[in-house]
Amino acid sequence: MSTPTAAPPSVDATTRARDLLGVSRLTNAAVTSWLHGLPGVDQVGCEARAAALGTRSIKTTSKAWGIDLAISMIDLTTLEGADTAGKVRGLCAKALNPDPGYPDTPRPAAVCVYGDMVATAKEALGQSGVNVAAVATAFPSGRALLPVKLADTRDAVAAGADEIDMVIDRGAFLSGDYLTVFRQIAEVAEACVRKDGSRARLKVIMETGELVTYDNVRRASWLSMLAGGDFIKTSTGKVSPAATLPVTLVMLEAVRDWRDLTGEMVGVKPAGGIRTSKDALKFLVTVSEVAGGDWLDPHWFRFGASSLLNDLILQRQRMAIGAYSGADYVTDDSPSLY
Amino acid sequence: MATFEYAPAPESRAVVDIKPSYGLFINGEFTDSQGGSAFKSINPSSEEVLAEITSASDADVDRAVAAARRAYNGAWGRMSGADRGKYLFRIARILQERAREFAVLESLDNGKPIKESRDVDVPLAAAHFFYHAGWADKLDYAGLGTNPRPHGVVGQVIPWNFPILMLAWKIAPALATGNTVVLKPAETTPLTALLFAEVVQQADLPPGVVNIITGAGATGQAIVDHPDIDKLAFTGSTGVGKMIARSIAGTRKKATLELGGKAANIVFDDAPLDQAVEGIVNGIFFNQGHVCCAGSRLLVQESIADEVEKRLKRRLQTLRVGDPLDKNTDVGAINSKAQLDRIVELTAAGEAEGAERWDNGCELPSKGFWFRPTVFTGVSQGHRIAQEEIFGPVLSVLTFRTPHEAVAKANNTPYGLSAGIWTEKGSRILWMADQLRAGVVWANTFNKFDPTSPFGGYKESGYGREGGRHGLAAYVTTGDSK
Repeated sequence: MSTPTAAPPSVDATTRARDLLGVSRLTNAAVTSWLHGLPGVDQVGCEARAAALGTRSIKTTSKAWGIDLAISMIDLTTLEGADTAGKVRGLCAKALNPDPGYPDTPRPAAVCVYGDMVATAKEALGQSGVNVAAVATAFPSGRALLPVKLADTRDAVAAGADEIDMVIDRGAFLSGDYLTVFRQIAEVAEACVRKDGSRARLKVIMETGELVTYDNVRRASWLSMLAGGDFIKTSTGKVSPAATLPVTLVMLEAVRDWRDLTGEMVGVKPAGGIRTSKDALKFLVTVSEVAGGDWLDPHWFRFGASSLLNDLILQRQRMAIGAYSGADYVTDDSPSLY
Repeated sequence: MATFEYAPAPESRAVVDIKPSYGLFINGEFTDSQGGSAFKSINPSSEEVLAEITSASDADVDRAVAAARRAYNGAWGRMSGADRGKYLFRIARILQERAREFAVLESLDNGKPIKESRDVDVPLAAAHFFYHAGWADKLDYAGLGTNPRPHGVVGQVIPWNFPILMLAWKIAPALATGNTVVLKPAETTPLTALLFAEVVQQADLPPGVVNIITGAGATGQAIVDHPDIDKLAFTGSTGVGKMIARSIAGTRKKATLELGGKAANIVFDDAPLDQAVEGIVNGIFFNQGHVCCAGSRLLVQESIADEVEKRLKRRLQTLRVGDPLDKNTDVGAINSKAQLDRIVELTAAGEAEGAERWDNGCELPSKGFWFRPTVFTGVSQGHRIAQEEIFGPVLSVLTFRTPHEAVAKANNTPYGLSAGIWTEKGSRILWMADQLRAGVVWANTFNKFDPTSPFGGYKESGYGREGGRHGLAAYVTTGDSK
């Protein structure tokens, strides 16, 4: 197996897709037959496998390591209409110093905000190494004309976003217009290119709760990877169900098989609904057993979450002192549930 | 960077209380043997001696059958179905209450992973008692003819692969239909049956309704040959099954035999591949492959054979072999030295006949009986490993080109217990299920059991069914004439 690399940004997505599909012209029919040629997913079997992985018993030493890893994989997120600069700054402060009592607590991978908050977040995080991720492309519905979505993306990139979380057009996907979805992802990927030629990493949100079937999740995953997404992400967090373990399992199988096919690695980001350390560890077990240890890295796996961090910190404290301290022993700069 | 490893998570042994030695359970109490010898039951994962067990003599078998006869002629035989049902419900609930104890003891004595004894064997055993409890007062409506009546005293001999579950499969329908029982567990795994004797006491079952006597082949033969046994129920190897059939030929004794298998697990090119791989793993590596209906022959469509093989091998690298009491263990110990020797012998034959051998290379504990999950590719019908039951974690991979060829190969075996079909095409599942000569056909799944679903085989896999209404039929005679 070749060394894992990200997709080369220089190659035009359509050309690359034509090569992979072995067609002279990229038509909707060609993309459809490719996606529909993927092996199906048996719902019962898939959910049984996820449930079995969820019963792995994680004990102390591995748990401590897993908790720190999970913290470092978090995209600490605030995506509310009521977001203010103050709240975003509070979240950034939390990212920089997750647990003041334990300075060895790892920092999360990124802070994820709306596009208009990128500059604020960027300023607050400075050169800390914590990335700023911005949701773009008419998040969360994605219902806008493509020029609007591209402008949204370019604005966020120009404001300094290191990562862009885009939503796919679920309407186009469900109506079978896969080529439109492909083109939009590819164009948004183009819009992620900065003035200096470098790129913001692109996370493609499939909103799996609206795709409903696992066959759709698998097809959307492959379509997103074909179009040049750096990450495939489950959900916006605005639709229920959001990130479930079986859906994430299907996505992990997709990135694993994609690497077998192309040699390229694509990241996976379950987002929404993951609140407890126990849940997070189940996801890590699944990453490890399905995609493999290479994905156990914040570069290739993320949790989109707001409240998960504090539960991980609570567990971390418990492991340090042998007793639960309580919610008030963990800082909360941006309580969301008011 | 550290790697993500599971720290050992062993289930506590403190919940079980193993006595240094056990007598025989006859007429509601533990008694000493009359002239029988003793043997040891060991933990196959460590070779530690767990307890000393009694090998019942002919005189002991006589006593047990006599006790069963007295109970049949006495309280149990006169009891209404509704009252029998109450006892069965009580046993089922006690099994649930003591589930953890049974699961730990089963894993200690058998070597199977705790997650299987805890999540499969014991819950299913309880489910069988619940299910049959419900039938006890409804036998007239079970479609078994007019006035279904018990046979009388039933002799039951069960194997070592699912000790408590097989006990439940045997005892629950026998009691529900009004029979009394003399049961012999396998000599390598008697402990959960002896613990079940305590449950029988706890449930206040009238003395003699359930008798549990331990021992090896000779004890089993004494049960089979006993003149006062009305019906025999046996689960085990085809060889022993044939001996039993010969022994009772020409007698009035009825029998059901659940014997070996060499099931085909058939994967078509349109199968849900990732789930099929899980099904293949579950089909052959569940309970170390010590499963009569194990999917030991993988028949994969030639066009996807390489792909399936690659995915299967990758999957096997994450299969965890080791301490059966560790909650993270997927594959436990081989039940006995004798069984391990047989697996070693048959796999050597596979290599000698030219099949390509692959195992997952995992580390094995230094003590106990262990065998790595193993896959043979390039196997054809003529290989011994494609014909003989290995009863271990060994998969033979064969290929086919068309549905007809798959059916022909699947049926080309002396056995016929089970089969699996993996395809997205519903019409093909129905067509295949109709063609396959197997008692159970699973579609897009494998090794799923339920008390309501009859289980049993074709050809050398035996006769009779267990579970469901069909299973009840084996424990009753019908018609007003009797």
